[in-house]
Order: sequence, then structure tokens, then C-alpha cells
Amino acid sequence: MSKYKVVVGMGSCGIAAGAHSVYEKVQETIKNKPELEIMLEETGCIGMCYKEPLVEIENVKTGKKFLYGGVDVKRWDKIVEEHLVKGEGIKKWMVKTSDKDGTEEDIFKKQFRIVLARTGHINPESIEEYIDTDGYKALKRVLRDMKREDVIDEIKKSGLRGRGGAGFPTGLKWEFASKEKNSKKYMVCNADEGDPGAFMDRAVLEGDPHSVIEGMIIGAFAVGSDEGYIYCRAEYPLAIKRLTIAIEQAEKMNFLGDKILGTEFSFYITIKQGAGAFVCGEETALMSSIEGKRGMPRIRPPFPAQKGIWNKPTNINNVETYANVAWIIHNGYEKFAKLGTEKSKGTKVFSLSGKIRKTGLVEVPMGISLREIIFDIAGGIPNNKKFKAVQMGGPSGGCIPEQLLDIPVDYDSLSSTGAIMGSGGMVVMDEDSCMVSIAKYFLNFTQNESCGKCTFCRVGTKRMHEILTRITEGKGREGDVEKLEEIAYMVAESSLCGLGQTAPNPVLTTLKYFRNEYEAHIKDKKCPAGQCKDLIILKIDKEKCIKCGLCALNCPVDCITGNKDTPYEIQQKKCIKCGSCKSVCPVKAVLVE
Amino acid sequence: MSNAEKTLLMQILQKHKTEKGSLIPVLQDIQEHFGFISKESMELVSEQLDYPESDIYGVVTFYAQFKLEKPGKHSMKICQGTACHVIGADTVRDVVFKELNLKDYGTTEDMKFTVEEVACLGCCSLAPVIMVDNQVFGKLTIDKIKKILNTY
Repeated sequence: MSKYKVVVGMGSCGIAAGAHSVYEKVQETIKNKPELEIMLEETGCIGMCYKEPLVEIENVKTGKKFLYGGVDVKRWDKIVEEHLVKGEGIKKWMVKTSDKDGTEEDIFKKQFRIVLARTGHINPESIEEYIDTDGYKALKRVLRDMKREDVIDEIKKSGLRGRGGAGFPTGLKWEFASKEKNSKKYMVCNADEGDPGAFMDRAVLEGDPHSVIEGMIIGAFAVGSDEGYIYCRAEYPLAIKRLTIAIEQAEKMNFLGDKILGTEFSFYITIKQGAGAFVCGEETALMSSIEGKRGMPRIRPPFPAQKGIWNKPTNINNVETYANVAWIIHNGYEKFAKLGTEKSKGTKVFSLSGKIRKTGLVEVPMGISLREIIFDIAGGIPNNKKFKAVQMGGPSGGCIPEQLLDIPVDYDSLSSTGAIMGSGGMVVMDEDSCMVSIAKYFLNFTQNESCGKCTFCRVGTKRMHEILTRITEGKGREGDVEKLEEIAYMVAESSLCGLGQTAPNPVLTTLKYFRNEYEAHIKDKKCPAGQCKDLIILKIDKEKCIKCGLCALNCPVDCITGNKDTPYEIQQKKCIKCGSCKSVCPVKAVLVE
Repeated sequence: MSNAEKTLLMQILQKHKTEKGSLIPVLQDIQEHFGFISKESMELVSEQLDYPESDIYGVVTFYAQFKLEKPGKHSMKICQGTACHVIGADTVRDVVFKELNLKDYGTTEDMKFTVEEVACLGCCSLAPVIMVDNQVFGKLTIDKIKKILNTY
């Protein structure tokens, strides 16, 4: 038995922050200091991306756990010296301890973890650790004690709604598919997480792949399917690797495959890799893509439950939805239904990014306010800046302003603002973010990703993008806002799938809440946030400049001249207005005009 | 196409022989092994899978993953996700272009890098980020980008 268990967070974020070199360093320590008796493991995302790389040290004898944040190679050496050799933990680097009186970061308060319960705690490549934490118990209960209708009934009563965006009741969806009389049915997991700003599905797939697989198996049993696909984007190589391992392990232990656990029920899962098309997150497009065709949406009805992949009944749910299923069966629907609001039960995972102190993943009961998430849990806006808006729901969603921050987070309240719950991506913006530019950004995205089938989506988004581009370039004309509204209405009304129907949302919400910014761009040719490059000039205040030269050193286009005797100056002709000089100036001498 | 390449292609086709909807997985394997999908390989796939060439071309041009031209040695994807956009993806792009002497997305003259934009890498909390080959680099600064480029 070892003295210490060291667990390194190896989600994509952790690896990008340098977890690999820390992991190697720990291996080195194990070799050089065998007397410490270290056992090394890896885990998925803990959700505190802003503190990556994260390393947990468990004293095996006492069971006490200490989580260290921002661990680089140097810090690791220090931790070995102080904590492991001398037995004195380094408090200032600890973000969480298992002691009640230890440091617990605010980010964990107010959270309730169902989907993220295991991520960051278990080794995602070990089925044993999943089983040790109540894994596959729900499946065993289903196969032993329940009939197909019982499972559907349980999910219906739990109130679980689809976590991919639209919020359709999951139990009802399963019921539709189960009622179809066909010997062949498909079960699909939509893991084509494409919304920019959303990364919870990646974290679940990387950190707890078995929970998704177990949910899928239970669902397959309920609808009567024997074959499933996980459609995962190719941009998530680590998620695909861990899913592949998990499926192999589950097959070996007969949770998957022929005659599962001695029953008559058989189920197989194949992974299909997406090939880089956002529209494939739409269910009918996704099915075309699985069939090996261009991912073009089609008219519904017939719904996938009637005619899906290769015209067979197909049930599609999102990653997070499946990850809730086993918990509901294991803990009982009452416990789940107790969480949340009347119409939105359970919890929701949100990914926090943008201009916010604590970026990462949080899972909260539905119904808590946006303000609680952004300010109480995530610590608000950094650098003493003012909150301006939070973008929710990606390209289909909208920007929610300060005055609406107290609304509860549930499907219906969020829809009433013009934004949507979507998959749960929250990108926070401060006073330096230009709302016209954000709308332009999303329209650029949707016009790129439009599959081209419907004219209004294909051409309309392009025209909207053109108008927004000219507004941000200071060439906006009288009447542009009205034209945007007119096209927005037509695109929403005349598109076949969700992509086109919701594409105008970012424009409509910014127009609704930040119309004055549009007007400033068009009438005064000014960008109030100082972000639109054609409408601003960067200048150095000669009086304030201390001639340190940092600005010139950091200028990507070398357009700043000066030396230790003459104040620095920006050559306007070459300036690309990237703002690097402004961000590095120690005395705030770079001004935006 | 050389004989060795032809053999590799046939192996790929053989591997997916029994799979339903195999066109995309076949193309993904070709993309991975060859780095792009040539006209000759599309012709061969068409012949072997009994698919019209026009349909294959349609699929190849629909998905961002498939390339029609030979790419550089390393692939670099600049993330244009919302979080990266808000925090400064445009500056990252400008710096990369300047360092690699590029005017637009594409391949450098020395065929070392192919630079593309990507909708979102899902590492939003580390914005701005880029992915070189399969490795993600986050919290980029101008200095950091220069250092990363120098290691390749």
C-alpha cells in the first residue's frame, strides 16, 4: 500500500495548461524518491479551469485530500519538499481540502453535482473506479427489476428535459420511440458539441465516459433498440479515445454486447466521428451524416422516432441528458424532481468563459439566478471592469443584459429574454466588448455554417453579416437597423431547421437591449466599447509615458517608435489596433479615441 | 498515385468494407494518412464503393475536415470561438500571420504550417487558444505565440 495517492487533472484544459509535464515530473519523483511511496493516477476535468493544472494529494492512511491549483513543475518540487517530505501542506496554493475547516473555494458552494459528480474524482480510463462509485448499479436494477414501461415512466416522472438546447421531455421522447413497431431501432448520442463557448459535454466524455454509456444502454432497453451510435466531433480527440476505451471495458464486462448480464437484451455502440460541420448537431442532419452523406437537415415530420437513420425509428439525446439517466434510476425520480423549478427539474451544467474571474464548469440546480452563477460562484468580472452582458445559447442564443440578471435559470425564463438555455455555454462580456461586433461575429459563424439548403438562411444570414460588417466599419446607413430586423424576421420564419430559425437571435437580442450601441456606430461613427478597429485610434499620452518601451516590445507589427529619451509614439499607418500596447502599459498611457 | 499509395487506399477500403455508411469514415482515414483527398483517391473510392464521384466530391467539400490540397507539415487551428473572440482571437491571428508571413489562412511557402480557423476547440476557459497538430495551447500572449512557433 502506498502512502500518497497523487491525482493529476488531465482533461483537455489541464493538458493545455501543462498537465503533461507535471505528470512526467511526478513520475520522476516516484523514481527518485521511492521512500515516499507515491501512487500516480489521472482524472478528468474538475471544473476549475482557471486553476489548471490541478493536482490532488491524498494521504492514503487518513483519507485526507488536498487539491492544489496552478501546479507547474516548480510548484510540484516545492510541494514534494514541504507537503510530502516534511508533512506541511502549502495553504496558499490549496484550492480545496477534504477537511471541513479547510479552504473551499466559493466555486463549489451552491453547486449540486449529478452529471459532474465523478469528473475530476475518478480515473476515466478505469471501469473499476466507475463501478466503485455506484456505476452500472442503475443498469443492473433496470435489467433485474424493471419493465421497459417502468423505465420510461421513471424518467417521465423525474421531469428530465433534453440538455442539448430545445428542452424536450426525455421520457416522452423515449415513449414515442418505444411505441414504434419495428424490429430495428437506433439509439444515438449527440456528442457533436458545436456551440462556441460550450464545453460541458467534452468534460463529461473525457472525465466520466461510462455515465453516458450507461445512460444510453438504459435508454436502449427502454425504447427497444439493439444498436447505438455516439456521434462525436473530431475536434475532441481525447474524448474519442476515452469513449473507445470505455466501450471496450463495458463490452468485456458484458454491460454492452450480446445478452447483457445474462438477459435477452443485446446492445452495441459504435463511435462515429463528425467531420467538422456545425449543422450536424441538428438531429436530422446528424442522421444524414451517420449515413455517410452531406449533413443536410430535412423536414419533420416524419420525426426521427418514426423514420430516422436508414428510415428506422431512431432516438437521439445529448451527452448531458444521458449522463443524468443512471443517477435518476439509482437515486429515484423523486430526488431528481425535488431539484429545480416547476417546469425545469434537476440540475444544469454551465460552462463559464470570457471576461469572468473563475472560468470553468459549474453544475447548479435549475432556478438559481444568473447573478448567483456569475458573481457568487464565479467571482464576477476581473480587472475592476463593469459587467455588460452574458451570451447564452451560442449562435442560437442571445445576450442578456445586467437588468435581467436576477431571472431564474430555467428553460422558460431564459426563452422569455430572447436568449435560450441552449447547451449551457455562458460567455461573459464586460464594458470593453462591443455588442454590434458580437452580433457580427455570430452572423459570420452562422453564414459560414449554413448548409445552404434554405434560401433565407443561406442568403439572409450573408446579407445580415454584410450590414453588420459595414456598421462596424463606420459605413452604416440610416435604415440599416430596420433592414436587419426585417431580414431577421424572414430568416427565422422561412428556415427549415434550428440553425436558420435561431440564427437572427444574437442580432435581435443585441438590438433589443443595446440599440444605443448600434446607433452610436451608425450616426456618430463611434464604437462606445472602443473595440471596432475602424472607429478607433490608439494614441500614447506623451506626458504619462515613462519611456519603458514595453509597448514597442509587444507590438506585433513594430509600429511604435521611441527610446529612453523620447516618449513612444504609434505610427498610425501601420497600426493594426490590436490593443497589445494598451494591455501591457504599466501607467495606462495608451488611450483609445 | 504510386503503387504503395494505392495499396494503402485499398487497405482503408477493405477495413470499412462491412460498415454501413462507410463513406465518411473511409474519407476520414484517407485524410488522416495522406493529409488530403486527391482527385485520384476520390475516383478510386467511387469505383470501389459504387458511389457517384459527384456525391463524393459533395461530401468532401461539405465537411471542414476534408482538404483538397496537400497541407503543410504541421496543422495549426486558430480558435474563433466566442470566448476567444471576446478575449482577442483576432490579435492571435494577426500575430501568427505576421510571424509566418501569411496574408490569409492557408499554407506557408516552406510547407511547414497550414493555418486554418476553427469554430471552437472547447477550451474556452483558456482563451485565446490555438491547436497545433493535436496539442492545445492556451492563454496565449504575443510572446507565447512566438515561442510556440519557434519550437516547430
